[in-house]
Amino acid sequence: MAKPMARARKRKPTRPERRPRPSRRNSGRRSASARLPRFTNLLIDHARVLVASLGRLASQPLSTLMTVAVIGIALALPAGLQLLVANVRALSGHWQGAAELSVYLQPDVELTAAEKLADGLRADPWIAEVQLISADSALAEFRESSGFGDALEALPENPLPHVIVVLPAADRQSSEDVATLRDKLEEDLPAELVQADTEWVARLQAMLEVVRRVVLLAAVMLAVGVVIIVGNTIRLDIQNRRDEIEVTKLIGGTDAFIRRPFLYTGIWYGLMGGLLALALVASSLWALDEPIRRLSGLYGSGFRLQGPGFAGGVGLTLAGIVLGWLGSWASATRNMRRIEPGHEK
Amino acid sequence: MIRFETVFKRYPGSREALSGVSMSMDTGEMAFLTGRSGAGKSTMLKLIGLLERPTRGQVIVNGRNIGGIKRRQIPAFRRQIGMVFQDHKLLNDRSVFDNVALPLVIAGLGLKESGKRVRAALDQVGLLHTEKVRPMTLSTGEQQRVGIARAVVSKPSLLIADEPTGNLDPGLSLEIMRIFERFNEVGTTVLIASHDLHLISQLGHRRIELSEGRLTFGGEGENGHG
Ligand SMILES: Nc1ncnc2c1ncn2[C@@H]1O[C@H](COP(=O)(O)OP(=O)(O)O)[C@@H](O)[C@H]1O
Ligand SMILES: [Mg+2]
Repeated sequence: MAKPMARARKRKPTRPERRPRPSRRNSGRRSASARLPRFTNLLIDHARVLVASLGRLASQPLSTLMTVAVIGIALALPAGLQLLVANVRALSGHWQGAAELSVYLQPDVELTAAEKLADGLRADPWIAEVQLISADSALAEFRESSGFGDALEALPENPLPHVIVVLPAADRQSSEDVATLRDKLEEDLPAELVQADTEWVARLQAMLEVVRRVVLLAAVMLAVGVVIIVGNTIRLDIQNRRDEIEVTKLIGGTDAFIRRPFLYTGIWYGLMGGLLALALVASSLWALDEPIRRLSGLYGSGFRLQGPGFAGGVGLTLAGIVLGWLGSWASATRNMRRIEPGHEK
Repeated sequence: MIRFETVFKRYPGSREALSGVSMSMDTGEMAFLTGRSGAGKSTMLKLIGLLERPTRGQVIVNGRNIGGIKRRQIPAFRRQIGMVFQDHKLLNDRSVFDNVALPLVIAGLGLKESGKRVRAALDQVGLLHTEKVRPMTLSTGEQQRVGIARAVVSKPSLLIADEPTGNLDPGLSLEIMRIFERFNEVGTTVLIASHDLHLISQLGHRRIELSEGRLTFGGEGENGHG
């Protein structure tokens, strides 16, 4: 003990050579001349905390992994559902493109009259294609495909009407346009029934809209869940680092300084959770891609599963980061307040 | 440098810890705050560091009525004061160097400049060789010196210490007090709370005495103003 003391005493010239000045003037002068390096130092401190908080997480891999897994699943669920809705919607769009209207003419309309009506429709700019299926050909086809040939032979006359199948023009295939066209055909033609094959598509879309909102609601609730999970983890972290916070407050650490490591911890959790969610979604897509491709091949469709895309991936990761930051900010701000030096009771 | 104007302090659910204390200390002065346990020494130091607020009366530090300092301004205020505690309040999850550097990190000082200042402060308390070790591997006296190094590393004009030798034997206590004297010699105002009258009488600085929350001796400095 005596040796270092002696050495310290010998180095008299290196003692603090300073006369105290009014400190307000002192600090004012310093901040004016040192604003830029101070900003750089702040950036360096951010970088230091960024790395240090990651190191801290890495030193407790199991609890970190568990928190990240919970966040990842909570983010992957709404993201996956949202993708599912988007894909079903795209798929129904495929089908809607092939939507046809079947005009069942009244039974007393003669074939020649039906042909005239069909020709009249061909001139309509809303209509791309018109096909007349005569009652006779319909019956013949039915007889062949149904196997009820003998029974149908017994009928006194053909019970089927002539049918005009109408394909709307490419730019008139939205569900509203198709409905308008159907109403017009119903009015203009001696039709028993005009049936749009899109009705089930419209129903599906209405259902999808409901599902979309449910997904949105679930997303909001799970986002709140992520904030709470991160907040709770940070709360425990703050409890464990109580001494550090108290000492830092004692020697003049600002709230922002004390909060910083916790904010970065939250951001890391969010980032890792977001990336895990992305990995979960991507691997589910990858697992589904092959069977879906085979299925749509069987139906002669070129439908392929849509992924989240680059924007979706970035969005999911950002959502994780923002939620992690939010949870840690709220938790740190709340729980730091309670740790006040001098109030030890 | 420090002035108390009829300061009262009552903790919630407790009797009065300070009853109308008035005293003043000049810049560059060194004084001991004495009195039995429970006399109110720690409370006075806590009021100076804004760890507590007075119930009544005013505390002026460095010409500034600190009653007007808002919660958000407290950190900046504390950075102008060096505080030393009986239990050191060091962080055992990091090295001695990092402990001493903490005030500079908080102040946003660059790494190079910080390193220089930390080593200078450790040198001043004779602990330059310990910078890499953890505080808990050091003796109590050495830990207290690390605490002092941390308090002086940002060169505050005021140094306050609450029972800095409370856990030390007489020889080590005197060594610690000599360190404080050396900082006082270069202009730092030093106020030390201690109940060790024998030690204090060996040193011969101004003595401010408290008894049951009242100032009983040494309230005014030699020139009678603050
Ligand atoms: N946080 C507190 N809450 C309630 N009473 C306190 C608190 N701190 C100190 N006291 C009381 O205030 C009085 C003065 O205490 P203190 O300033 O610690 O004295 P000293 O440091 O001289 O031993 C004592 O009676 C003590 O019990
Ligand atoms: Mg005390």
